[in-house]
Amino acid sequence: MARKKRELQEINAGSMADIAFLLLVFFLVTTTMDTSWGLARKLPPPMLEDQPDPPPIKDRNVFVVLANSNDQLLVEGELLSIDQLREAAKDFIANPARKENLPEFKEVDVPLLGRMQVSKQVISLQNDNGTSYDLYIQVQNELAAAYTELRDDLAMQKFGMRYKKIEEMAKSEEGSGKYAEMIDAIRDVYPQRISEAEPKDIGG
Amino acid sequence: MSKFKKDNSKGTPAVSTASLPDIVFMLLFFFMVTTVMREVDLKIKLDQPEATEIDKLEDKALVDYIYIGEAMNSELYGTVPKIQLDDDFATIEDVQDYIIARRADRDEKLQGKITVSLKVDKETKMGIVTEVKQKLRKVQALKINYSTREKVVKK
Repeated sequence: MARKKRELQEINAGSMADIAFLLLVFFLVTTTMDTSWGLARKLPPPMLEDQPDPPPIKDRNVFVVLANSNDQLLVEGELLSIDQLREAAKDFIANPARKENLPEFKEVDVPLLGRMQVSKQVISLQNDNGTSYDLYIQVQNELAAAYTELRDDLAMQKFGMRYKKIEEMAKSEEGSGKYAEMIDAIRDVYPQRISEAEPKDIGG
Repeated sequence: MSKFKKDNSKGTPAVSTASLPDIVFMLLFFFMVTTVMREVDLKIKLDQPEATEIDKLEDKALVDYIYIGEAMNSELYGTVPKIQLDDDFATIEDVQDYIIARRADRDEKLQGKITVSLKVDKETKMGIVTEVKQKLRKVQALKINYSTREKVVKK
């Protein structure tokens, strides 16, 4: 009986805080809060040796962006600054005035939206080996922004919602629901076609 | 005069620290849950460019990283951009083997979902980045992500 009394003695928890602090400091030091963000892209599959040349695309359907080693941009033969690129790309993709020198349109049946005029645009991006990575990312970003803004306009007009918002909704719904369909429809109208030329040294 | 000073003789009672461990534990759990161990020791200078149209890299377990930039220790290695894979410098030829080796580590059904995240310093020239991209194409690692910081848009 006398022994039992001894066993019930409480453990001193005074040092608990110290231990917890130690662990806390460890996690504080090792933690990196940065979640990775970035521009997601898909590379084209490798070129095969005996691959036939792809069919030629009409000049008016191609938006040529060249970046040289001095970080200057030549867009459709014109020297532009990076701030002007977005508007130029938007004008090209949407071709609101249906100009002769801007891309052609074809009628396509798009689910949810019915018959739509879809532009046959392609954006061709070519950079020099001496172009800075910063400029390259800015160009990619501006072109992506041009697509996003056009998609936003269309989404607002047809579904009364911003494109980003639809994307978020699609993520939270299970399987392929109506939001995923909306995204597909918008992407059908404004497909993101950025093609990067096979690298070559253009100098400049 | 000394209307408000009459308690002085007693002295201020000590603040109870009994709940301190609880508070610390709460913080501890928060950091334990949110923490992501740093993937590698950076040996290059990495100042990423900024962009606005960005997506989050979702599944960290399915991401491989390739670091490109000027070596941190530029007296020793010079200012030529270098490639870092895991904890060591590598050459352009190592990229393919690295991607293949990393792919073999993954479960077979997840192999198509691997993203390669390119963490490149913004001062780097495109030449080396293009070479790396060509190597990635050759090993069919086509899903890539140009890692950037989020740009704060001035309105």
